[in-house]
Amino acid sequence: MIDFTFTEEQEMFRKAAREFAENQVAPRVAEMEAAGKVSEAVVRALAEAEMMALTVPEPFGGLGLGYTARMIALEEISRISVATAMMLQVFALGIEPILKFGSEAQKQKYLPDLASGKRLATTAVTEATGGSDPTGIRTSYRKDGDDYIINGRKCFITNSHIADTLTILAKDENDPKAFSAFILEKGMPGFKATHEENKVGMRGCNTGELAFEDVRVSKEQLLFTEGKGLRVTMAAIGDVGRGGMVGCALGVQAACLEASVKFSRERILYGKPISQLPTIQSKLAEMKIDLEAGRLLAYRACAIQDKGQPSSNEFAVAKYFTTEAAQKAAKMAVDIHGGYGCMQEYAVSRYLRDAFVLGPSAGTSDIMKVIIARWVLS
Amino acid sequence: MTLQIIVCVKAVPDPAQAGRIRIDPATRTLTRADVPLAFNPLDRNALEAALQIKEKSGARITVLSMGPSGAESIVRECLSLGADHGILLSDRAFAGADAYATSFTLARGIENIGKYDLILCGMASSDGATEWVGPQIASFLGIPAATQVEELTQADSQTLIVRSGMENGYRLMEIKLPALLTATRKLNRPRALSFSGIIKARKKQIVQWGLQDLGLAEDQVGQAASPTVVSAMTTRTARRQVEFIEGSIEEKAEILVQRLAQAGLI
Ligand SMILES: Cc1cc2nc3c(=O)[nH]c(=O)nc-3n(C[C@@H](O)[C@H](O)[C@H](O)COP(=O)(O)OP(=O)(O)OC[C@H]3O[C@@H](n4cnc5c(N)ncnc54)[C@H](O)[C@@H]3O)c2cc1C
Ligand SMILES: Cc1cc2nc3c(=O)[nH]c(=O)nc-3n(C[C@H](O)[C@H](O)[C@H](O)COP(=O)(O)OP(=O)(O)OC[C@H]3O[C@@H](n4cnc5c(N)ncnc54)[C@H](O)[C@@H]3O)c2cc1C
Repeated sequence: MIDFTFTEEQEMFRKAAREFAENQVAPRVAEMEAAGKVSEAVVRALAEAEMMALTVPEPFGGLGLGYTARMIALEEISRISVATAMMLQVFALGIEPILKFGSEAQKQKYLPDLASGKRLATTAVTEATGGSDPTGIRTSYRKDGDDYIINGRKCFITNSHIADTLTILAKDENDPKAFSAFILEKGMPGFKATHEENKVGMRGCNTGELAFEDVRVSKEQLLFTEGKGLRVTMAAIGDVGRGGMVGCALGVQAACLEASVKFSRERILYGKPISQLPTIQSKLAEMKIDLEAGRLLAYRACAIQDKGQPSSNEFAVAKYFTTEAAQKAAKMAVDIHGGYGCMQEYAVSRYLRDAFVLGPSAGTSDIMKVIIARWVLS
Repeated sequence: MTLQIIVCVKAVPDPAQAGRIRIDPATRTLTRADVPLAFNPLDRNALEAALQIKEKSGARITVLSMGPSGAESIVRECLSLGADHGILLSDRAFAGADAYATSFTLARGIENIGKYDLILCGMASSDGATEWVGPQIASFLGIPAATQVEELTQADSQTLIVRSGMENGYRLMEIKLPALLTATRKLNRPRALSFSGIIKARKKQIVQWGLQDLGLAEDQVGQAASPTVVSAMTTRTARRQVEFIEGSIEEKAEILVQRLAQAGLI
């Protein structure tokens, strides 16, 4: 028999994450929205609550709790602040390549500080040439003795300006078919975070551009085998990156449903709460159906991931379903709120903006379908 | 010698879902079955006080709760927050206890634990809210009690200095251990649950004691041993009436004052 229930311990993780989100993150949402910037206090609180340590194994200073626990945490944090969940999910996305492909020395050097939050992480693949086609990137490297020299630019990178440790993908200057991944560190000569985006949604997380001008790195910074960089970055994005977006999406779905239930119970029209109107009920039911279905997809994919099996196809399905559902839920939530839904005082207007940013991150819905079609046709 | 602290924790119906609690008119009790159990809020302050003492000067913290088997999750939460050991008093015979029977059973549980220096309770539960259980436990055990504690310092290993709130001031007391205190919200800011705390609690034990473990007979516990009789219980329906006051700002203010005066509110 398949047990679809959470363990008592997992329920406690959810409680801990919910308390964290409500006590530490919620009071700073307004400030993050207005400033369009990361709240340092939130980053500190995430580190103190050991949120960066969830997926890091215990020998490297982490909690070794795996991906189901991470999904629970992301879902609860996103319910309060999608931007904070996004930032956190990309910390894990930045940790994953080192965890899965790093040498023992690289793991020893980076993982403990990444787990404690002393260093922050990201993974940078996307460039102006198109995120959907990572082979189209122009950032290049060439060998110079034992070193590599990297040149190029990245765009739309989460945590671009706050990350200390970055996994980046570059192409061999002399072989356009060879890609390699490198670990860069903030402050390396020639490496700069440049433009910072002003996003419509997820305003409390940082997205921006990176520039590499003759960045010289030693071979210790090469991640995994030279020429196998696409595998390194795509493996991390495929399950941890997509899984993270699923957590963010589920949080939006839950928040939309909660806000809609509350508003529709309180809003009186024709002498009774609008929650009694069949059209409103139909919307609430649809949101609930999508949330339940989305959770099943999400936690099944996590169960596979926690077994150490490939889960990127299952996460492609979950990512497609939940991010689309989150956008649908946000629209319905705004609709249920009538004119109030268009006002910034009502959180649903933020959910709508945030929900749209869920789309492209870690691959668009079109790309998810490409992946899923490849899966069914294989 | 390590200080032995016992914290009494009650699993209450989640205050956030109080709207789902119903009264059973036949038994004059509350139907709480549909409402998930939660940590009685003030007991979190009591536990926090114990944890702070443990951090400062070392202590072993035992959590004691009487309740249905579902209350074990609350005890587990206490262990996740840093308590060392949990005891759940659970037996069908304990059901229907009033504050007297509850206190008696808890006091028996404490005697069963053996050595203790300090017992911490919440000032009140969020459901029963009699505020009797703490002082009654102290009286069954024959130890001093200080209620409504807002501030707590250790003078030496055997003495505490506590400050208790009063309507127009406070009482400052020196209290010799063993003693019982009841905690208020002002006492401290309870810490948050942490993922690593939850992991550490995996290795901690919760034991369950029933009637026989406490060496009690059925007529000494539960409803059978509860002297209080609830003679009636009713739900209050809050009715809201809305009246929109029209007119200029001055007129509106004038009418508002009249209405409030008529209602006897000013
Ligand atoms: C509607 C209603 C009517 C009631 N009527 C009566 C009545 O008429 N007479 C009467 O005596 N009682 C009555 N009770 C209270 C009784 O059933 C209590 O719920 C129970 O006996 C504990 O008392 P309390 O909740 O008032 O605790 P309080 O004295 O308010 O609790 C103080 C502290 O004692 C500790 N504590 C209390 N209960 C436990 C427990 N089970 N396990 C561990 N620690 C605990 C906690 O630290 C708590 O913070 C009533 C309760 C309800 C809900
Ligand atoms: C908030 C945010 C955070 C991000 N964080 C990161 C990060 O941390 N690291 C990182 O590397 N990247 C990051 N990205 C980039 C993200 O991965 C890309 O935006 C995404 O892959 C899409 O790339 P693009 O924006 O260049 O769109 P394009 O690839 O140019 O796509 C344009 C359109 O073409 C469609 N399309 C493309 N290919 C196909 C196809 N084969 N079939 C059908 N339709 C297709 C797309 O669906 C889309 O509608 C982030 C993006 C956002 C918005």
